Amino acid sequence: MSFIKNSSMNQQKISVKNVVKLCVLIVVLAVLAAVMFFGLPLSKVVGYYDIKPVTSSINYGLDLTGGVYVVLEAAEDGEGTSDAVERSVTIIRERIDSLGVKEPTITKQGSNRIRISIPDIANQEEALDIIGRTAQLTFLAPDGTVILTGKDVIDAKGLYQQTSAGVNQPVVSLAFSPEGTKLFAEATEKYYGQIIAINLDGRDISTPRVNAVITNGQAVIEGMASLEEASKTAMLIKGGALPVSLTPVEIRTIGPTLGQNALSSSMFAAGIGILLIFIFMIVLYKVPGFVSCLGLIVYTLITMFILAALKVTLTLPGIAGIILSIGMAVDANVIIFERIREELMLGKSILLSIKNGFQRAMTTILDSNITTMIAGLVLFIVGTGTVKGFALTLMIGILVSMFTAVFITKQLLKLVYSTGIFAEAKYYGAKEKKV
Amino acid sequence: MRLHITKHAKTFFLISLVLIVVGMGFLFTKGLNYGIDFQGGTIVNIELGKEFTTEEVRTITDKYDKNAVITYGGEQKTQAIVSTKLDLSEEVRKAMFADFQTTYQLEDSALLSIDKVSPAVGGEMARQSLWATIFVVICMLIYITIRFELWFGVAAILCLLHDVLIMLSVYAIMQIEVNTPFIAAILTILGYSINDTIVVFDRIRENRKSYGKYDYVTLVDDSITQTLRRSINTTLTTLIAITTLYIFGVADIRDFALPLIVGFVGGAYSSIFIASPLWYKLQEAADKRKKNKIDTKPGKKTGYKKQKA
Repeated sequence: MSFIKNSSMNQQKISVKNVVKLCVLIVVLAVLAAVMFFGLPLSKVVGYYDIKPVTSSINYGLDLTGGVYVVLEAAEDGEGTSDAVERSVTIIRERIDSLGVKEPTITKQGSNRIRISIPDIANQEEALDIIGRTAQLTFLAPDGTVILTGKDVIDAKGLYQQTSAGVNQPVVSLAFSPEGTKLFAEATEKYYGQIIAINLDGRDISTPRVNAVITNGQAVIEGMASLEEASKTAMLIKGGALPVSLTPVEIRTIGPTLGQNALSSSMFAAGIGILLIFIFMIVLYKVPGFVSCLGLIVYTLITMFILAALKVTLTLPGIAGIILSIGMAVDANVIIFERIREELMLGKSILLSIKNGFQRAMTTILDSNITTMIAGLVLFIVGTGTVKGFALTLMIGILVSMFTAVFITKQLLKLVYSTGIFAEAKYYGAKEKKV
Repeated sequence: MRLHITKHAKTFFLISLVLIVVGMGFLFTKGLNYGIDFQGGTIVNIELGKEFTTEEVRTITDKYDKNAVITYGGEQKTQAIVSTKLDLSEEVRKAMFADFQTTYQLEDSALLSIDKVSPAVGGEMARQSLWATIFVVICMLIYITIRFELWFGVAAILCLLHDVLIMLSVYAIMQIEVNTPFIAAILTILGYSINDTIVVFDRIRENRKSYGKYDYVTLVDDSITQTLRRSINTTLTTLIAITTLYIFGVADIRDFALPLIVGFVGGAYSSIFIASPLWYKLQEAADKRKKNKIDTKPGKKTGYKKQKA
């Protein structure tokens, strides 16, 4: 008489309850995945509310969809530059808004740069023109000659001023530089009683008549309908009075066709890639492999959702970050499954092997992921542009993959085991041990 | 089963050394093919709508820059990609496109893309990326030293250096343009390789408790053997993903995917054959130094103690 170790003893009955649970879960996951990728035109059924595919809610970088990207730099970087650049951002935003494009981003970068990106724009040359045009503010004499320009104006404000009759009226108050003061004094003397037009980018924004010779560099423009009008005019004058000239240091335009091509081909490649990984994992690791595929689907859904929710702009380097994190998600599962296999080879029961496998793999997964996370975090803090985009998707990817590859996969694997259908070690990658 | 990797450590070091030396040879003779992202310049992509010869395009571009490079683009090779190291002003660039428009009767939409980077910005980006990478490596070294030991950290970082040098060699040998994707590619390999190395080191750390303190050879060889299936399977899955990207991707993505493929293979190689033997050599040398130090000061640190059961 002898004891026979029987690790593959099929003592477990098939649990119908758990089979149903698993099937429901898979169906729900499949439906969720389908809805997220293809959307759900609810309006056709209930008359309103469409669920758009998540892929269309993600912001894609210009390298993927096409568009215009410009970085402008102030010629000098001294005191006050930062302020001037800030004001320029507002002006440029107004100009771009006049083009009627959707979701342009205009941001100040550092103290002396402005970064502009306009996705999906058809007339790219026009956009470049309107961005590149330096606002020219000029004070024009009746004969059209330029008296002074924007740089001679120090300040412009809209405010109330009391007239000689004691009535409060809205005016635009102007302050000139010493040079401007001299020029304006000469002009007001010469053109007394005539109109000195204030012209911005070829358009007269105000045409006041000279009612006094102004020699102290402080003038007001009367006759404003409201304080709002006065403030708006003041802002235009001040805006035109850009103390810095901006030059484009980086221009990139990508035509819509070229961009679309890059996006659709990357999507296609990513799809095929994931499919092949699925096949590979199932062939290698059987049941756990299949479970890891479910985990990977959850991973993809969550990552896409976060990208859309955080309004992350997905660029080519961003995709690289995602690839790396998918790689790490798969790796976490490979590490776990190899551990489970090792435990099984030692003759332990499946449930115990699963438990031990996850436990023993944890330190490895934590250490390798934390190291990569550190890299991501540092790059996100110190990097700019490309590097930042890469770091952000990498960090999101690592966090999500830790969750799906460890937590989700574990629960799913236990559930699959508890169905009783896959109660033999061979389904978990371990060969039948010859005793 | 046990792979005797440590025994042949010198052979593996030599293989890597030869590869790197050859790569560096290319790097110093041919240099890296810096694209406009790093050194500034202008690239204009124009759809001419028909086949053309570079000579005929050159008659236009010569007016603006005699050194401009003209390459074909698009599936039917009907796109002219004009790249110049000059940071063309907007006026000049427009004038050039206008010339194309009159010669080939083109609509405005024929201008597929413009990339224009001033040299100052390009240099800045290169510097920034370099500093970011160095900073990252230092942080990783600190973390590994805390979680493992100093020599694990040093070995891991040397491995990273190894992988980066291999990647640089690929860029130098194939003369792939070094642009923004280059940074992303290098960073991906850094992340992948450190991950790969840590997995093996983690096994060494775990096994070390049960192995004799100075039986490093068996310890290292066993740890590598135990993690080998994982190393191979993970590398294969990652390679599958990146190879599909290479096959189905557009030109930009291919330029990005190819160095990655080489990087992944190099990274896997280094974490199996280089990282652990390197740690072994470093640790052994460190242990020897420590021993010698103790020996020279008799009675100071050494002493008799009751033997543990």
